[in-house]
Amino acid sequence: MDFTLKIWRQKNAKAKGKFATYKINGISDSSSFLEMLDVVNEQQVIKGEDPIVFDHDCREGICGACSLYINGRPHGPDDAVTTCQLHMRKFKDGDTIVIEPWRSKAFPVIRDLMVDRQAFDKIIQAGGFISVNTGGIPDANAILIPKENADSSMDAAACIGCGACVAACKNASAMLFVAAKVSHLALLPQGKAEATRRVQAMVAKMDELGFGNCTNTGACEAECPKEISIDNIARMNREYLGAKIGAQKDKVSGGGF
Amino acid sequence: MALAGLFLITFLVVHLAINLLLLSNDDGAAFKVAVEFMTTNPLVKIMEIFLMGGFAIHIVIGVFIQIQNWLARPVRYKVAGYSHLSFFSKYMIHTGAIIFIFLCIHFTNFYFVKLGLVSPPAGVEKEDFYQMANSLFADRFYAVLYVVLMIFLGFHLHHAFQSAFQTLGLNHTKYTPFIKAAGTIYSVVVPLGFASIPLFFIFTK
Repeated sequence: MDFTLKIWRQKNAKAKGKFATYKINGISDSSSFLEMLDVVNEQQVIKGEDPIVFDHDCREGICGACSLYINGRPHGPDDAVTTCQLHMRKFKDGDTIVIEPWRSKAFPVIRDLMVDRQAFDKIIQAGGFISVNTGGIPDANAILIPKENADSSMDAAACIGCGACVAACKNASAMLFVAAKVSHLALLPQGKAEATRRVQAMVAKMDELGFGNCTNTGACEAECPKEISIDNIARMNREYLGAKIGAQKDKVSGGGF
Repeated sequence: MALAGLFLITFLVVHLAINLLLLSNDDGAAFKVAVEFMTTNPLVKIMEIFLMGGFAIHIVIGVFIQIQNWLARPVRYKVAGYSHLSFFSKYMIHTGAIIFIFLCIHFTNFYFVKLGLVSPPAGVEKEDFYQMANSLFADRFYAVLYVVLMIFLGFHLHHAFQSAFQTLGLNHTKYTPFIKAAGTIYSVVVPLGFASIPLFFIFTK
């Protein structure tokens, strides 16, 4: 298969970027999108030009490293896959493909198609954890968890933090990501202990980092490679409102364990 | 935003109920009674302040959020918007702006006249909303414009209704489909109800 690629090139975070056009011929229809880019980069190296920088890691669709905004959709034209799992047969021979980095104030471009997604790490650091002291292994059935909650929690925990929700959202909002992280803990007894503090801290951090606001367009859930539902956003809103209204004032802790 | 929006949604029903009295064939007698009640009852006067507050909050927060949202993506995409998303949700600020323009016209025609800020049309009493509506809808251009604006109101409400519930976290596997259906019906019936009045004037007078 032959393609014309229009790819965003940007030397560094401060430089002004622009689109460059590349022709690529003889791509197998079974090759993945990233393998196609590998071939382009080989060409670039042979020509003595700078290869195109893009994020990738496991190439199995589970690490959340790959990104790319392809022809107006994060992770390209296929549903519920990451870019690494996108096959070239999803395109037509001779297609022009426009490849852009995620665009968000909170995800600055580092170089070419690679963006800095540390903002997500900062949100997790703000509260996306449970504080458990190490100790003996508890008995598996000591804490009963309803099957529905375990399933919903697992669905939310499937989030790989790739940032497609932010890229897809017309407001560059990170609500789906934060909602998934809030939900998967809030649904389990282990997460409930810190639920009110967690949701407030994570939402505050999200707002601080310059993500947009949620206007319930549903673009995020349509593009999420893990098909995380916006029901989670409603759950987070519920948790957040409940926490803001119902949570007690912070008390100075007596310390100790 | 959502709470103020839901408040305005309930207000629209009251407003529509009174407006529909214009359709009764009694030279506006029933409508005049309703207007008399709405302009003199002290409780309604208190609600009027809340209503203005509701509009102000909804508009100010809406614009503020929209500006934040635009700033959240300083560099736009070259090719964008191919994600599947609910159509009307994309244009809330635009339909909102159109409704705001309508609101300004509407206030100049009725509310400001009542307050005495704008003088009523020639030969019409300050509180005679029936005659005001009559004289306005006698202008075909105004009547058609009113109908078109109601279509935009419907677009706005279609997304607004269910979105408000989602924002408030009121999501439930059993009730959410019902809320969505109710929102769709509301967004069709209410603007259609408002639009039926100029249409009635166009075709009968």
